[in-house]
Amino acid sequence: MQDVRDALMLARTSQGKVVRRPLSPHLQVYRWPISMALSIGHRISGVGLAIGTLLMTWWLLAAASGTGAFRVVQNFLGSPIGVLLLLGWSAALIFHLASGIRHLMWDLGVGFDDGAYRASARAVVAAVVVATLLVWIVGLAVW
Amino acid sequence: MVAFNLPANSRLRPGRSHPAPAGAKQVREFRIYRWDPDAGENPRTDSYAVDLDTCGPMVLDALIKIKNEVDPTLTFRRSCREGICGSCAMNIDGQNTLACLKPIDEVKGAVRISPLPHMPVVKDLVPDLSQPYAQLRSIEPWLQSETPPPPDGERLQSKEERAQLDGLWECILCFCCSTSCPSYWWNGDRYLGPAVLLQAYRWIADSRDEATGARLDALEDPFKLYRCHTIMNCTDTCPKGLNPAKAIGAIKQMMAERQV
Repeated sequence: MQDVRDALMLARTSQGKVVRRPLSPHLQVYRWPISMALSIGHRISGVGLAIGTLLMTWWLLAAASGTGAFRVVQNFLGSPIGVLLLLGWSAALIFHLASGIRHLMWDLGVGFDDGAYRASARAVVAAVVVATLLVWIVGLAVW
Repeated sequence: MVAFNLPANSRLRPGRSHPAPAGAKQVREFRIYRWDPDAGENPRTDSYAVDLDTCGPMVLDALIKIKNEVDPTLTFRRSCREGICGSCAMNIDGQNTLACLKPIDEVKGAVRISPLPHMPVVKDLVPDLSQPYAQLRSIEPWLQSETPPPPDGERLQSKEERAQLDGLWECILCFCCSTSCPSYWWNGDRYLGPAVLLQAYRWIADSRDEATGARLDALEDPFKLYRCHTIMNCTDTCPKGLNPAKAIGAIKQMMAERQV
């Protein structure tokens, strides 16, 4: 910790010698509530989406520049690694959308109560599973 | 500042083991965080086997029993033993709560106890709360009014106005919520944290207080208020069943509404 709280880390022993206090454990001991996992998941999926957008840009640029380049991208996205990346990207998109709506509701002052924020957390997880499956069932059917 | 790992001087070492007395039938292990400034060592985890047949039902009962009968050096704060003083706030089984309100029965397996998270440790389970107390002072938690009180009585409120304070006045300032909040862990130097923001809203919501504008001005800051990212750990952990996240949401809404 390198901020002003550092001043509170000084202590004295019974003999008056200055010693440094320990910082109490935090992530090491805290049991994650589902809402905490979703909160950090919202950030991680946001970063993932930004990186995934590079993939989309590559795809669009290739489509604009010619058949050869487009085939290279299509082959990559059709490979096991490509499919895995697309699966992650689609799940991140759906998660970030659903979780984003949850945050917008809070900004409107809705959904803070005890039952509500837990239920909405579970709803987000369910939505991600169901919607990602649907997207891929439709996607693979028309491939 | 974000630091996922503990500093080198704060990492836990294995500690001592205190076995249960002979003949104990219902034994439960308590793993308790220990640090003594005089020892010149890293913190350690001591293990105490407690006979639940001769112990009260709450985690605080077990702590007092250990201090009385096994290890008088064990240090913790406690006072009222009925959830109204806020002294015995600590992390029990991975969640911040009051030891006096936490039944041992609710914990499965060994009972892990450590001080309120991400705080300087004074000794054992006693954290230094100077930072949140200073932050509480900064929001001026008292009634502020230009209008003099009526000469023949108190400042009165309607029942509806009084109801605005329900869920706020009950806060006992145990700081379970602030120390459960990752935003407060990383940015507690500038972010006020859920407990202090709930107190700020308690005065903003008070119909008798006339400093609402100044109070909102003081919170209009990227860190003091807006480091709240609605992680909801505060509401999740509050041993009094209050909702700091909702109070912070209400402040944010007032901020937005006065811009329009």
